[in-house]
Amino acid sequence: MANFYTDNLSIKHHLHHPLMKRIVALRERNFADKDEFDYAPFDYEDAMDSYEKVLEIVGEICGDIVAPNAEGVDHEGPRVENGRVIYAAGTKENLDATVKAGLMGINMPRRYNGLNFPVVPYIMAADMVSRADAGFENLWGLQDCAETLYEFGSEEQRQKYIPRVCAGETMSMDLTEPDAGSDLQSVMLKASFCEKDNCWYLNGVKRFITNGDADIHLVLARSEEGTKDGRGLSMFIYDKQNGGVDVRRIENKMGIKGSPTCELVFKNAKAELCGDRKLGLIKYVMALMNGARLGIMAQAVGLSEAAYREGESYAKERRQFGKAIIEFPAVYEMLAVMRAKADASRAMLYETARFVDIYKALDDISKERKLTPEERAEQKAFGRLADAYTPLGKAMTTEYANQNAYDAVQIHGGSGFMKDYACERIYRDARITNIYEGTTQLQVVAAIRHVTTGTYLSQMKAYAEIAVKPELESIKKRLVALTAIYEQTVAKVIETKDNEYIDFQARRMVEMAGHIIMSFLLLQDTSRNEVFRRSTEVYLNYAEAEIAKMKIFIDNFQQEDLGFYKFEK
Amino acid sequence: MSLRIIVLAKQVPDTRNVGKDAMKADGTVNRAALPAIFNPEDLNALEQALRLKDKYPGSTITLLTMGPSRAADVIREGLFRGADNGYLLTDRAFAGADTLATSYALSKAIEKIGDFDLIVCGRQAIDGDTDQVGPQVAEKLNIPQVTYAEDILGAANGLIKIKRRLERGVEVVEGAMPLVVTVNGSAPACRPRNARLIQKYKHAKTVTERQADDTDYTELFSARPYLNLPEWSVADVSADVVQCGLSGSPTKVKKIENVVFQAKEHRSVEPTDDDINGLMKELIENHTIG
Repeated sequence: MANFYTDNLSIKHHLHHPLMKRIVALRERNFADKDEFDYAPFDYEDAMDSYEKVLEIVGEICGDIVAPNAEGVDHEGPRVENGRVIYAAGTKENLDATVKAGLMGINMPRRYNGLNFPVVPYIMAADMVSRADAGFENLWGLQDCAETLYEFGSEEQRQKYIPRVCAGETMSMDLTEPDAGSDLQSVMLKASFCEKDNCWYLNGVKRFITNGDADIHLVLARSEEGTKDGRGLSMFIYDKQNGGVDVRRIENKMGIKGSPTCELVFKNAKAELCGDRKLGLIKYVMALMNGARLGIMAQAVGLSEAAYREGESYAKERRQFGKAIIEFPAVYEMLAVMRAKADASRAMLYETARFVDIYKALDDISKERKLTPEERAEQKAFGRLADAYTPLGKAMTTEYANQNAYDAVQIHGGSGFMKDYACERIYRDARITNIYEGTTQLQVVAAIRHVTTGTYLSQMKAYAEIAVKPELESIKKRLVALTAIYEQTVAKVIETKDNEYIDFQARRMVEMAGHIIMSFLLLQDTSRNEVFRRSTEVYLNYAEAEIAKMKIFIDNFQQEDLGFYKFEK
Repeated sequence: MSLRIIVLAKQVPDTRNVGKDAMKADGTVNRAALPAIFNPEDLNALEQALRLKDKYPGSTITLLTMGPSRAADVIREGLFRGADNGYLLTDRAFAGADTLATSYALSKAIEKIGDFDLIVCGRQAIDGDTDQVGPQVAEKLNIPQVTYAEDILGAANGLIKIKRRLERGVEVVEGAMPLVVTVNGSAPACRPRNARLIQKYKHAKTVTERQADDTDYTELFSARPYLNLPEWSVADVSADVVQCGLSGSPTKVKKIENVVFQAKEHRSVEPTDDDINGLMKELIENHTIG
C-alpha cells in the first residue's frame, strides 16, 4: 500500500515550479485539444491536476507492484529461448500493470493515442519507477524512442508505429556493436536497398542492446557503401512482426539484471528508413541520446532516493552500543549528505527537464507555424541550456547515485554486504548509470564547452539575480563567492590555451560548475519550501569543501607536471 | 458477442489496518477513523468484469453501489478502471440496512437498470463479512448464482463457464445467464486506474456533490453528459420504503466485542522425527492442515 508519489513530497514540489505555466501553455497549444479529446485539459489548473492524478497512479504501481517485484526480478532475470527473450515473471507483471494503466507514450500527442504530457511529469514517473526498480526503468523508459520516431519519422511512420507504442509495444535503440561503443562512427551493420522489393535489408550484429527483443527497433546502420565515418550512417525502423532479427545471447550483468541486454543477429531483416539518409548518427542519434541521458538522470535520482531511504530506515532500526546507529555523528552525517545529494540531483534533473520541455515544444510548434522572433530566441536559449545541463546533470547525478548506494551499503555494515537487503541491489544497479549513454568522462567532454564558453557562468550569475527570502541572503552570498572562485579558476586554466591541459582539468571545472549550480537550485527550492533548507545547508558545506579542494589542485598544478600522469603507449 | 455486466460494489471502512480508535465506546465501528475504500473483493469482481469486456468487445459494465454521497468515489474508481457508467443508490431511507434490506434495494435498482447478462460482486465486504448480499440479490431476482468464483473463463450460447474456489481445490461450473457471480479474494487483483480514463472522468460528480462544491466547470456537465453520476432514491427505484433501511432489516446486533488474539497455551515438541511426525498426524487429523 505504498505510493511513491504521495510519500515523496519533493516530486510535487518540482511539479509546481513557476516555469510549468509556460511549459503547459506551449505543450497544450493553449488547450486546443479540449474539444477533440475527452481527456484533454481545459486550462493550466486542469492540466496540473491531471499530471498529479496520473503521477499518483504511477506512484501506486511503483509502490505496490514494481518495488515488491524488484528482488524477484533481480534473482530470476530474463532468459533466451529460440532466439526470443522471455522476461522474468515480475517484469511481465510490471509491464502489464503499466500498459493497463495507460502509461506508455506519455509524451506522445493525443492524435497518436498518447497523453501529450510534458517532459517534466514523464521524468517524474521515471524517477519513481527507478526508485522502485532501476532495471525496470530501462524497459519502461524505452518509450522515449517514440519521441525520435515522432521527431524524425514520416507522418505515415508516426501513424503506423506510435499508437502501437502507446498501446504497450516495447522499443529498443540498436546502436552499439562489438567494435563501436563510445565511438559510434565505426558502426558496421549493413543496410542495403533492394530495388526489386523496394525496401531496405539489414545484415550484421549489434551488441549490448537493452531490450533487444523489442517490438519496434530503431537501428543505426551503414547505408552508404564504402564510407567509414558517421556520415555514412542512417536510422532505420525494424518491426519485429517482419522477422529477421534473433537474439543470440543475453549478457550476464552486475546489475539491472531484469533488463535484458542482448546480442542481436540481423539476417536480411526488412527495415524502413527513418528520416533522411546519412543523418542517422549526426542528427538523429544525437537527439535520441540527449533524451536517453535525461532518462538516465532520472534513473540516477530514483536510485539516490532509494539508497537514502534504505540507509535511513536501517539506521533508525539498527541498535548498537545501546542506541540506534542514526544517533552517531558518523552515521547521521553520511545520511544528511546522502539526502542533500539526492535533493540536489533532483533539483538538477527537473531544471534540465524544464529546459528540454520548452525548447522541444517550440521545435514542435515550429513545424506547424512560423515562430515569432521572441519564440525563436526562447527556443535557442533553452536549447542551449538543455545542451549544457544534460551532460553536466548526467555526470553529477549518476556519480551521486553511486556514492549514495555506496554509503547505503556502508550504513548497513556487514548486513549490507549480504543479499538480504535491497541496498546491495541498488549498489549494483547504480554502477551502470555513470557508464551507459556516455560515461561521466564523455559527459565532461560534452560539458567542458559550456565551461569555456561561459554558459554555466552566466547561469550562475542569472541565478544570483533571483530574489530570495531575507534569511537566505547569507547562503546566496556564499554562492556568489563560490562563483567568483569558479570564474577565476576556469580563467586560469583556459588562458594556457593548451587543449590537453584543459582536458586534464576539465572534470574538476565541470564538477565545480555542478556544485555551484546545484546549490543555487537548492536555494531556490528552499525559497519556495523550507523543507529544503536542511539539504541546502548540508550541500553547500559539502560544495564549498569540494570546490576548495579542486581549486587547490588547479592552483598548485604546474603544466609540466602532466608528464607524471602520462603513460607510454 | 457482447455482455451487459452489472458490478455491485460497496464502499467500506478500511478494516485491514485498524488502530486503537477503530471501535467506538458503544461497540460500533468508528467510520470516521478509518479511510473509506473500495471493498477489496468487489475490486476482484470488477477485474473479472473488465476481463470479460476485454475478451468480448462491445460489452458494457455498469457499477451499482449503495451508500452515502461520498460513495460516489466507488463509481469514479470503477470508471477510472474501465467501467462504462454507474448508479449511486442514496437515500436516508436506505440507511441502517442489513443484508436483506440491502439486497432488496439493490435488486430494485437492478430491475430499473433493465436487461443484463451477468451480475458480479465480491464474495463479502470487509466490514460485515457476511457473504450474504450477492446470494440474496440472486434470490430476489430469481436467477441462479455461482459463488466463490476465481476466474470467469468465458461465455458462449447463453452459458458462462466459471472456475470456483472450494475448500480443497477448484471446480469449473457452467451456468445459464443471466446469473449472479460472487468473486473470491483469490481471483486476480484489479488492474490499476488508467491514465486516460482518470483524465476523462475525474470531473464526474453526482448532483449532490456538484451542489456541495463550487465547481468551475458547470458547462462541462451539459457538454459531457457522462460526467453526471446518477443518484437514485427509494422512489427512483420504486422500492417499498418499509423494506428498506433499518425498518427492512430483521438483523439486530446484540453485542460487538473487540477481540484481541493472544497465545494462551503452548506445547513443546522435540526436534526429532518421531515428535514431528506425531505433530503432523495430529494437525492433519484435526484438519488444521491438509
